[in-house]
Amino acid sequence: MKLTLKALLKSPWVFHLSTGSCNNCDIEILDCLTPRFDIERFGMLLAPSIKHADVLLVTGSCNRKSAIRLKRLYEQAPKPCLVVAIGECSLSRGMFIHSYNCPLPLDKIIPVDAYIPGCPPKPEAIIAGAVKLIQKIKGNV
Amino acid sequence: MPKSVIPIGPYHPLQEEPEFFTLTVDGETVVDIDVKVGYNHRGIEKLSERRTFDQSTFVIERICGICSTSHPFAYTRAVEDIIPVEVPERAKYIRTIIAEGERIHSHLLWLGLAGHFLGYNTVYMWVWKLREEILDVMEILSGNRNNYAMFKPGGVRRDIKSEDIPLVIKKIDSIVPTLNRLKKAILDDPVLHARLKGIGILTREDAIDYGALGPTSRASGVAKDVRKDAPYGAYDKVEWDMIVTETGDVFEKVIVRVLEVYESIKIIKTCLLNLPEGEIDLNIKDIPPGEGIGSAEAPRGETFHYVRSDGTNRPARHKVRAPTFMNLPTFKVTVIGETISDATIILAAIDPCYCCTERMAVRNTKGKKIYHGQDLIRLSQEKTEHIKRKMGIK
Amino acid sequence: MTREEILNDLKKRFKNDIIDLLDKSPKRVYIEIKPESLVKVATYIFKDLEARFNIASGVDARTHIEILYHFSIEYLNVLISLRVKLDRKNPAIDSLAQVFKGANWIEREMYELLGIDFRGHPDLRRLLLADEWPEGVYPLRSDYKEWDKKAIRDRGV
Repeated sequence: MKLTLKALLKSPWVFHLSTGSCNNCDIEILDCLTPRFDIERFGMLLAPSIKHADVLLVTGSCNRKSAIRLKRLYEQAPKPCLVVAIGECSLSRGMFIHSYNCPLPLDKIIPVDAYIPGCPPKPEAIIAGAVKLIQKIKGNV
Repeated sequence: MPKSVIPIGPYHPLQEEPEFFTLTVDGETVVDIDVKVGYNHRGIEKLSERRTFDQSTFVIERICGICSTSHPFAYTRAVEDIIPVEVPERAKYIRTIIAEGERIHSHLLWLGLAGHFLGYNTVYMWVWKLREEILDVMEILSGNRNNYAMFKPGGVRRDIKSEDIPLVIKKIDSIVPTLNRLKKAILDDPVLHARLKGIGILTREDAIDYGALGPTSRASGVAKDVRKDAPYGAYDKVEWDMIVTETGDVFEKVIVRVLEVYESIKIIKTCLLNLPEGEIDLNIKDIPPGEGIGSAEAPRGETFHYVRSDGTNRPARHKVRAPTFMNLPTFKVTVIGETISDATIILAAIDPCYCCTERMAVRNTKGKKIYHGQDLIRLSQEKTEHIKRKMGIK
Repeated sequence: MTREEILNDLKKRFKNDIIDLLDKSPKRVYIEIKPESLVKVATYIFKDLEARFNIASGVDARTHIEILYHFSIEYLNVLISLRVKLDRKNPAIDSLAQVFKGANWIEREMYELLGIDFRGHPDLRRLLLADEWPEGVYPLRSDYKEWDKKAIRDRGV
């Protein structure tokens, strides 16, 4: 499992999933693909479906409706699959902690490998977080 | 005639949730559509009741990331309507500048996505690169690319320094040549005409019956805009035009949005060059019991907030209505009768604010083929290629 | 018609239905009407005065439940809000979805968040809440209590 993971990290395909967010973090993730920040030169592409994904980027504060689908999607993803939580809402639900529709934080539903705080995190922060994750898996950090 | 039911998959290539729109198709034509929402419901109206009037502004900003200024604008106007009181002149101008900057970045974002759905990926990359200049401008003015945190009941939180103004104007002027090229390309391209003209028509009567707002209704001939009908901020002190067209098809919706970007550039430059001196904040201490209503023109239509206060420092009730709430049900009349390959661009043409929109999945009841939203986008892109080949353009 | 003419005409035409008319400011008018006359007054304002339907807000004032229907008359820059007061134990009122389609979704939302029954609505089902949400629990009421035993409400620090 470790060997496949290290081999995949040369060009991780990312899959983005929003579980009830204000979409700011989603737009910043899309910004990473556009010519100014351009993560495609590192080999990170947007995967068209969950079955092709190596890394799952999750934003949003896990609604009741979305949490069920999130679990189903995570089970469909072929392992090994890394999970990155982006933005305050997925870390601990941020300011929506008392909302009646957001009962659990993300890491009580699926296991998370990296956390990127910010509201929204700038594209530079997202790239820095991705680099830290890759270094951690390779065993350098 | 057996009918298949297609829940549309991800409308945006990045989002993957099972159900949102359920299209019932008969062959290639859509005969019925049902919409399921609720994947972004976070209970913000209830959260507002736990916070003070000032703290609520930060929660309200995060209702939507793209129209993030229009919500605090409408909310602060509603709170000021309870008393009622008018903010100082300099604060009105600063609020207008921030709101128009957001309108430019939102329309450019939509234009890039529409280009992607039609198969013009170059347009997508170019327009989003252009959008970065505007986000730099917003970062110079307010400190952040997205959630500006400039509004508070009674004025604005931070001031604009006059030494920043020449650089801001230079950056805004630098996007105009590329914008001119894009406008010419859209208006002259025969493939776009063949693809977008005459589909997804929303008639004037339907627009009034459903209460449609923003560019969706202005493209159908309904000449309503909060900035002209009930002027607020600095909109009545600046010369600008409201863009209205007649037919209501998808092509006209594109035109309305592109031309609105030019008007916004005009408004920002006039406001920056004529910024009056003075206070930026009224320092409101207590809100008396009463009720207030505030509205602001978001890039998608009119945002409406209703606030009731009972004399304490928290709202007793806060009702939020985003413009997409009134625009979404118009799908029932615009998509029925069209083919599935046109479905994505018609659904994207009302510019649904993501936080009210989720995914669409495709499921055939006979169990044969499963279309994902990616497939629907691919169908839409293939139709463009097909039209190009027919016209001899390659 | 000018603003004064419209208000006087409303007062005369519906004098048995209007309980109170508050002319708060040049742009805001609040009219309280009896629940039975809602469809009559709303149809007149939408069709004859050509107002635009903005939205309806449901409010849980502790002693009763109120609904406010907001209509904008753009050419006069006036916003008219119709207020109806309903009984808290069994709030029910006639639906406006047949008069104009813009009221369809907001009545579904008020039905599931406040528990108001709309008589005659063509399709009264849930709009926003999940299917597992229990029946009879209305989040926007002032006496709403947390019913989910598994919810985590602290950050763990």
